[in-house]
Amino acid sequence: MIPLSWYLTLAALLFCVGVFGVLARRNAVAILMGIELMLNAVNLNLVAFWRYSTPGVIAGQVFTLIVFAVAASEAAVGLALIISIYRRRATVVADEINLMKW
Amino acid sequence: MSVLQIIFLVTGFVTLLAGVMVVASPKLVHAALWLIVSLAGVAVLFVLLNANFLAVVQVVVYIGAIAILIIFTVMLTRRVMADSGPTHNRTWWVALLSAVVLLGGLLALIWQHPAFQAVPAELAAADTSLTVLGTSLVDVNRYLVPFEVASVLLLAALIGAIAVARPVAKGEEADE
Repeated sequence: MIPLSWYLTLAALLFCVGVFGVLARRNAVAILMGIELMLNAVNLNLVAFWRYSTPGVIAGQVFTLIVFAVAASEAAVGLALIISIYRRRATVVADEINLMKW
Repeated sequence: MSVLQIIFLVTGFVTLLAGVMVVASPKLVHAALWLIVSLAGVAVLFVLLNANFLAVVQVVVYIGAIAILIIFTVMLTRRVMADSGPTHNRTWWVALLSAVVLLGGLLALIWQHPAFQAVPAELAAADTSLTVLGTSLVDVNRYLVPFEVASVLLLAALIGAIAVARPVAKGEEADE
């Protein structure tokens, strides 16, 4: 049997890979990809805790479904913003989008 | 070591490797394709966790919709990324340091968790979790409201995305 610790460790590793991607990449699309990785790590944790701690309570899976919906909305709006910025300023590099930077 | 453990280790390794390639790959299209591999790995892990429905949703929503959206965006904004800038910013080592520190903190925390070495509880012989999930989502006393809020959020995001990504109209010039 697979102990819970394996899932938690894998999810922590995946989350930190996503954090690195969000903080280090210059391209806005790549930053969104890092966020997707982080959301996946969280989902993995939620489902693992559901399976190991409270398999009778379905809340873990419901929470994961809600996270799916939020991830889809976030990707749609984020990518629309990136396309809009690209149309107006011809760049998708995050540190060149400095219109509101003081 | 059982078969399940070997499957977990292989899948986990592939998922992590694909994740590292997502954040490290210099070409954005390759990063998007590695992201698909990583998402598929998580779907396999969902199957290992007896969450079959979530595995299917993972494939349909993440691989079918979000990854395709990302690839479309990469292709729509491609010419800029052809320009040869560094793919990571100058302070990438700070990002690496923060990620490693965060990892250490997370591991230290979860190693104190009481259920750390827990083995999965036995599921009932006839697994009814899918039925329970379906009924709990439409039950007023359980998760109907969060479910409806999620659908309204999706609709708002859809309309918002269309409104934001609309081409610039003739009258209003680009604001520069």
